Amino acid sequence: MLKRMLKATVFATTLALAAGTFYTPAFAEVVYNRGNSADPESLDPHKTSTVYEAHILRDLFEGLVMQDKDANLIPGAAESWTVSDDGTVYTFKLRKGAVWSDGSAVTADDFVYAFRRLEDPATGAEYASMLYVVKNGEAVNTGKVKPEELAVKAVDPETFEVTLNAPTPYFLEMLTHQSTYPVNKAAIDKLGADWIKPGNLVSNGAYTLAEFTPNDHIKLVKNPKFHDADSVKIDTVNYIPTEDRSTAIKRFEAGELDTNDDIPTEQMADLKAKFGDQLRIGPYLGTYYYSIKTDKAPWDNVELRNAISMAIDRDFLAEKVWQNSMLPGYSMVPPGIEGYTSALAKFADMSQIDREDEAKKILEKLGYTPEKPLKMEIRYNTSENHKNTAVAIQEQLKPLGVEVTLLNTDTKTHYSFLEQKGDYDVARAGWIADYKDPETFLGISRKASGNNYSNYDSPKFEELMNKAAADGGQPEARLKDLAEAERVLIDDVGQIPLLYYSYKNLVSPKIHGFEENVMDVHPTRFVSKD
Amino acid sequence: MLLYVLRRLLTAIPTMFVIVTLAFFLIRVAPGGPFNQERGLSPEIKANLEAQFGLNDPLWLQYGNYLNNLLHGNFGPSYNLPDFTVGELFAKGLPISIQLGASALILALLLGTLLGTVAALNQNKAADYSVIALATAGSTIPTFVIAPIIQLVFGLSWKLLPVGGWGDGALLNKIGPVLTLALPQIAIVARLMRGSMIESLRSHHIRTARALGLSDWSVVVRHALRGAVLPIISFTGPAAAALLTGSIIVETIFSIPGVGRYFVDAALNRDYTLVMGTVVVIALFTIIFNLIVDIMYAVVDPRVRYD
Repeated sequence: MLKRMLKATVFATTLALAAGTFYTPAFAEVVYNRGNSADPESLDPHKTSTVYEAHILRDLFEGLVMQDKDANLIPGAAESWTVSDDGTVYTFKLRKGAVWSDGSAVTADDFVYAFRRLEDPATGAEYASMLYVVKNGEAVNTGKVKPEELAVKAVDPETFEVTLNAPTPYFLEMLTHQSTYPVNKAAIDKLGADWIKPGNLVSNGAYTLAEFTPNDHIKLVKNPKFHDADSVKIDTVNYIPTEDRSTAIKRFEAGELDTNDDIPTEQMADLKAKFGDQLRIGPYLGTYYYSIKTDKAPWDNVELRNAISMAIDRDFLAEKVWQNSMLPGYSMVPPGIEGYTSALAKFADMSQIDREDEAKKILEKLGYTPEKPLKMEIRYNTSENHKNTAVAIQEQLKPLGVEVTLLNTDTKTHYSFLEQKGDYDVARAGWIADYKDPETFLGISRKASGNNYSNYDSPKFEELMNKAAADGGQPEARLKDLAEAERVLIDDVGQIPLLYYSYKNLVSPKIHGFEENVMDVHPTRFVSKD
Repeated sequence: MLLYVLRRLLTAIPTMFVIVTLAFFLIRVAPGGPFNQERGLSPEIKANLEAQFGLNDPLWLQYGNYLNNLLHGNFGPSYNLPDFTVGELFAKGLPISIQLGASALILALLLGTLLGTVAALNQNKAADYSVIALATAGSTIPTFVIAPIIQLVFGLSWKLLPVGGWGDGALLNKIGPVLTLALPQIAIVARLMRGSMIESLRSHHIRTARALGLSDWSVVVRHALRGAVLPIISFTGPAAAALLTGSIIVETIFSIPGVGRYFVDAALNRDYTLVMGTVVVIALFTIIFNLIVDIMYAVVDPRVRYD
């Protein structure tokens, strides 16, 4: 009986399992298996918002300008461009002979269509604000005027002209963002919502979309019609979502992944020992900060906010909690933007012991002691490291007479509470640069910004930010204005910057051209594999 | 019997209606919405997005529209994966989850029944104790411990299996997840089987059968097994519904593109339509498998009649 049952077991299981086939890539085809921490939300450039999409769309599409392997600006669909003397009119000369993957020409009309589509309220684009710098951009997006009123025009099929509201020195940098990439009008008109599906998607980048299985892989294949196809070394790139960081490490180790863009930071020491040079960590343009309600007693007191900020041991957070996967941060704008020097908190060069003494003095003066503590609540969204950070800060502030309570909610609840300006003391937030300019980090503290979770409201800060905008034509003066604005923000403790982000890549020795840069940008067209 | 099945299917309709209605309004009670995220959206942009998905309509209208679409077999678009409709996501993921779940279930039923029977026949002997030990271990070690161990041992050390991924459904890619899914179920089935087999072996009709001089094989397989298998059948209903609709832990750890993870991800992302889709699918599976269990009862146990 035993034998018969065993036989049946083996047979039935084999049957149930054997529904699939083995997968073997064709010989000599260069396949790059690229770990990507999350699946894209959408492959429609006008519906995306995350960096996970940015990696894929950079391979699929080519905007007017693009980034090279070091994240420097290079010509993309536009071969060259000129800017009017007043800095408001950009004229792009499109690349001659450039075509979509279906063979049709990439024309100025395609960009007119794409820019209008991004702003059209009916598209519901999350990143529509990228083109608010274009004349009528905001008016179109808020439904005040028709999309046709957007100040973009096709002078001729190879000349595309954009008129801005005011000189905007970072406009070209903004155009590297995936939301400004062109889309194919003919395909969208013909296929409607299905235009984005594999087999339908017409793109103008180095790759075309072959397969998309959510939570499994996105397969891109080399586009032979791409203008620089000859120098593209990778034939197929598989973007593999690696939500489970521990599994990603094992898959990398087993050779199933050639690179991955994140690591389980709690295993940092082991990973460093095991992977050596394959683990690449460096500064990434992002700031991890706490927003503190500047218009709510007792936090409306600058001195008190400063004492709290000063007492937080950022070195400890970076080294112990984040295992050096983050750097201690004292400014809102992280280092790494050429020509800009961040305004650091005044206490940045003091020792931690001096800072704590100073903070203690201020708190005592305001009447707070361990016996008569100040109560403070820290809200954070679910994540082991956000929790550990908050717990560490709770411990650090305790001896100074600040009694911290912690409140954890899931991400959606957290941000909807912040957005609705709920009643909180301190809340965790983070900001990653959309483009390489200090504006992206300072704009979120402006009074009108939806991301101003501190309710920071300083006429002096607003004035300097407006001055910077007005000085758009003079890049040096503008960066100086921005630095002054940041100085005001930091001295006011309008936000409490804690850490600067780092990129954390695992790169196999077989992979070349995956260069390190502050934007963590790695277009596959510049990558090669042994 | 046919009348009974029809009646059961008819009562499933109001049940589904109540489940759908409850789920629709409950998920809306959760704070935040599909478009709250780290990078806050301006009110105008958020309004554009909500208008696109009809989220700015009054709730009763949204509910009416949803029910209407559902009756036409349309689950709506996913808010957080707008390239896909909820129907497409299930069409891609459900066959994968069903394949893994069914393999695990078959493995568990066959091995579990076998082990349980062997244990019962050798009650309080070495074989019995080994099965009990195995079953206790199997049901107490969580899957999120077993899965990484399988990856480490079979994937990294012995290099017999891939660490993760679906590999377009390659046989080797399925072994790890199926084993992980099956182990706890084998343990449960073995324990259930052992208990009911011991009881069955003590019953009067077995004593009669033995007294009549029937062979051991005939007594165990033809008479004892039939009675002992009833608890396994009632266990199989809910277990099948759970296994076939995927497991978030196993799918996440092994990077399997099934539907198990949607249950949790959709709720966390406030992807209302995907949440509703998962609720409908789970409810359907549960109703169907409970019905199958009841029918099986009548088939196996002559004492059960539904007429």
